[in-house]
Formats: sequence, C-alpha cells, structure tokens
Amino acid sequence: MAPKKTGKATVKFGNPPVIIGTGSVVGPMEGRGPLAEDFDAVLPDMTFGENTSEKAERKLLEQAAWIAIERSGIDKGMIDYYVAGDLLNQIISASFSARQLEIPFMGVYGACSTCAMGTAMGSMIIDGGFADYVLVACSSHYHTAERQFRYPIELNVQHKETSQYTVTGAGAIVLASSGSGPKVTWATTGKVVDLGVKDPYNFGAAMAPAACDTLLVHLADTGCSPDEYDLILTGDLGIIGSQLFIELAQEAGCDVGNNHRDCGLMIFDRKAQRVGAGASGCACAAVVTFGHVLKEMKRGSLKRILLIATGALLSPLSFQQGESIPGIGHAIAIEV
Amino acid sequence: MSRTFQDAQEKKRKQEAYQQLVAKRKPKPPYLRHFLVAFLVGGSLCALGQFILNIFMRRGMDMNAASAPTLAVMILFGIVLTALGVYDEIAEFAGAGAAVPITGFANTVAACAMDFKREGWVLGMGSKMFVIAGPVLVYGVLSGVSAAFIKYVTGL
Amino acid sequence: MDYVIAFLIGGLICGIGQLILDFTSLTPGHMLVLFTVIGALLGGFGLYQPFLSFAKAGALIPVTGFGASIAKGSLLEAEKSGIIGLFTGAFEFTGQGLAVAVFFSAIAALFFNPRS
Repeated sequence: MAPKKTGKATVKFGNPPVIIGTGSVVGPMEGRGPLAEDFDAVLPDMTFGENTSEKAERKLLEQAAWIAIERSGIDKGMIDYYVAGDLLNQIISASFSARQLEIPFMGVYGACSTCAMGTAMGSMIIDGGFADYVLVACSSHYHTAERQFRYPIELNVQHKETSQYTVTGAGAIVLASSGSGPKVTWATTGKVVDLGVKDPYNFGAAMAPAACDTLLVHLADTGCSPDEYDLILTGDLGIIGSQLFIELAQEAGCDVGNNHRDCGLMIFDRKAQRVGAGASGCACAAVVTFGHVLKEMKRGSLKRILLIATGALLSPLSFQQGESIPGIGHAIAIEV
Repeated sequence: MSRTFQDAQEKKRKQEAYQQLVAKRKPKPPYLRHFLVAFLVGGSLCALGQFILNIFMRRGMDMNAASAPTLAVMILFGIVLTALGVYDEIAEFAGAGAAVPITGFANTVAACAMDFKREGWVLGMGSKMFVIAGPVLVYGVLSGVSAAFIKYVTGL
Repeated sequence: MDYVIAFLIGGLICGIGQLILDFTSLTPGHMLVLFTVIGALLGGFGLYQPFLSFAKAGALIPVTGFGASIAKGSLLEAEKSGIIGLFTGAFEFTGQGLAVAVFFSAIAALFFNPRS
C-alpha cells in the first residue's frame, strides 16, 4: 500500500510543498476586470509585440514563469523541473517556453485543469523526494484558442449565452520542499466523467459532473466536510456549470453553496464585459488562483482553500465527429 | 455479463437525467430581440443592395445583368468592413442579419484569409481561404446544377 | 418602394435564419448551406425568378440569391448550348463576385491583421 495515498484518489503530502513564488500575467480585457489589482502584469494589447498570437501566448508564459522565479528569490538554475501545459496542439506554448527557460521539462495536458494537475504533479515530485524546486505554469490566449477550437477571429459569429470566453494570460508558481508561504497539503486526481453533453458551446455543463465527482471523492478520502474549507474554488464552470455543480453536489448530500466560487465568474464582470456564461481557459484557474487567491491568503482573509480546476478534454476533431465532451476535475488543497 | 449490462443501463439513465437537467438550466436566447436585430440589420444590407442594383439598372442594364456587379460590390463592401475589424462586431449583435446577406459570405472569405496568412501565403491563406465559405459554394453548385439538370431534361 | 420591399423581404429572410439558429442546434454554417440549397433548388426550377422580380435586392442579397444565381446561370446556359452548359453557366452570375471575394480578401490579408 502506498504510504502517502489516502482513500481512492487522494494524496496527503507528508512534507507539504511550499509555494514560494507566484507570477500572473494577463491580457488587456482581464486587466479591466475586477481582479486587475492582483495580477503582476497586464498587457497593453493582445499581441505583446509579436507577429502571431501563438508567439504572444508563449511570451506570456515565459513572462509569468520569470516573475514567479524572481519572486521566489532562488536562481533559475536551482529549479529541478518545469511542469507546464496549455491548450494548443502539441502544447507548443509550454514546450517552446521550456526551450527558452532551459529547465528539465515535463509537458502536461489537462485542458483547463492543467494548473491544478501541474501543481499536484509538482507537489508529488517534491514530496517524493525527487526535487527541491519545481516550476509549474500554464497559459491560454483568446486568439489562439479561438483559432484552434472555433473560428477565425474576424469571422461573423454571434456568441451564445452559454459560451465562455477564453482568458488571455499565464500563471506560474515555484514549489519548494521548504520555505515560507502557502502549502499544498492534499491533491485529488480526478477521473474522466462524461455524461454525454455534446454542445461545444456549453463547456460548463460538460465539466460540472467531473468537478462534483472529484469534490465528493476528495471529501470522502480526506474525511473533511465542505465547511472546513474557506473557499471551494472551481476552475471555469461559468454560471451554468456552477449552478449544475452545486445542484449535483446537493443531490449527493453535500452543500457547497456558501463557500463555493468559480474562477470563471471572478475574473470578469460577466455582464459588463459581455463574456457569455463566464471565462475559461488554462489561464483562468491559474491567474485567479496564483494571482488573486494566493494573495488573499497572504493577506489573511483565507486560510484553507480547495481548488478544483476543471477541463473539457475535447478536440475540434472529436466534436466534429459527433462525440460527447469528456470532463475532468483535479483538486488541490492549499493552506497557510 | 448481466452485471456490466446493468452498469451500462445505470450509466445511460444517469446520462439522460443529467442532459435533461442541463436542458432545463440552459438560458434561453432572447428570441425576439435576436429576431428583430437580425431583421433590421439584414434588411438594411438588402436595402443597400437595392441602392447599388438601382445604380447599375439606371445605366441601362436589366436586372439579370445588374445582379452580378451588385453582388460583387456588396462582396467588396463586406471585405472592407472585415478588414477594418467591424464586421464581427456587427455580427455579435446582428447574428444571422450579418451572416445571411452576401456580405457575410464575403466576411468568411476575408476573415479566413487574414487569419490563416500566418501559416504562410500558399499553405495558409491560399489553401484555407474557403474553409468556412467552401460548403456554401460546394452545396450551391451541387444543388443548383442538379436542379437545373432536372429542369433541363424534363422541361418542367 | 423597391427599397421598402427589399428591406422587408431581405430582413425577413435574415430573421428566419436567426430563428433557425436560436431554436435548433444547427450551426451558422449549416444554416447558410441550407439557405443556399433552398435558393438553388428554387432557382433551378425557375421558381426564384418571380420572387426576385418582386423583391429585387431583398431576394438577391441573401445567400439564397447566391444559390439561385448559380442555378439560374446553369439553366440558362444549358438551354443555350446543351447539357455541357450546365457547368459552363454555374458561375455565370456568381463568378464575378467570387473573383472579387478571392482577389480583395487576399489584398485585405496583405494589409490588415485580425484585431478583436
């Protein structure tokens, strides 16, 4: 029996990895949102001085990584692993940023759940004794995601009420085996849940069952109740997904209504900024958690949070071939 | 065997129940407002088309002859609005009012051209210009030629 | 008067398109193909012409008119020069627009970048 595993899918870190540095960089629209103050850098435009949006996204990721390294106060050369991912084919933003950073690299794909998945993996590496410092990062960009998953930018499309707006930004953290800062204490790896939702303009509904499943597994494995967390943060369920998530949890006898919030609803002023059902993208959970929530924890208003970052594991090919959208949710608990 | 069958049944039931819940929680589009805006914007584009058609007809063309250059001018108009980054903004609130007129067809061609040029002028822009407009062309020719063939052969 | 009819009829066609988008799960691409095919079928059987004479630009500018124009060219040419004309004529009325679309889209791509 694995000594650090608890229950079905949860890991308890014996020596909880410490988040010693964070970096968050966002695009102009996120910079006009309610959390603007907490981001480390806001870009003046979507291109970041590059000639393609893909290059812009890569630069965002590098920038966030550099800020996190700088804030951690350690030398880049001391970092043992770089765990990163993004939404693009062959995760080029992550791989190409690794080319620049020259740190041993592990590319991961978990769609919009990447930030929690990467943090969980980084924490396992550290707690397992395989590294002292791990850099975790992920990014997304509205233009690159639209181009890959939907339509050309200038195309005439009327966005649906249920569709979500991809966050432009990147978030990064440096995890360390010791030091001061918030600690990653638990990680619950989600399983893929697919209840047959096929609408690619309603990601929230596709991912809500996965988020709920992970929450229930986490609570069962740890013996915690939802009230023991100051905040249960879902990644990017949006307004529809959040409601479904709360209802599904209630149905299973778990009331999260009071301390549940959704990153996809926090980063934008949904009505004024006209983002449909909310935000989405790898960067959504990353910049809200690494930028805003961790700063709130430092300010002392939050002590213990559970992040369930959610991902829709579809590809443009799979939904054109009529397949439903598999969802996943990865949970990490962070405590000060 | 029956165990897995039961599991499959249970799973299917769960999926159906959830999909019903999703359908219930899905917000309804503002049907009336969408319809009215599409009507107004689409109608205005057609009125503009009428203005251009009239110009050509005043120069002595009959309607058959004038329709081709009218379509061409409207297409050019759609491309200009796309290049200026305006057409997608109009479509955001006009929906089908911007998509159905021929200017919308022009927009799809120009938007793809502008977007895919970053993958190269030949393999990007050249090959992907009709990624969105292609189906309209393909099915327009398929159905148009077929219908004309039937009409021609049978003399209906 | 032409303007009013063009506005009303053209607007109505667009409105119907919007209703299809909102009430069914068809994508804009499917809806446009549907409209083109309807126009082309009506055009091929000569039923679009009376509608066109009445609504003028209101019937020409929506994508249904594009389909009808393909069919009309095809039919006219076939009546003139036999079965081969079906293909000669397919782009008789739409070819100009297509050439404009290709040419000026390329020009647009040369000078403009996607923005929003």
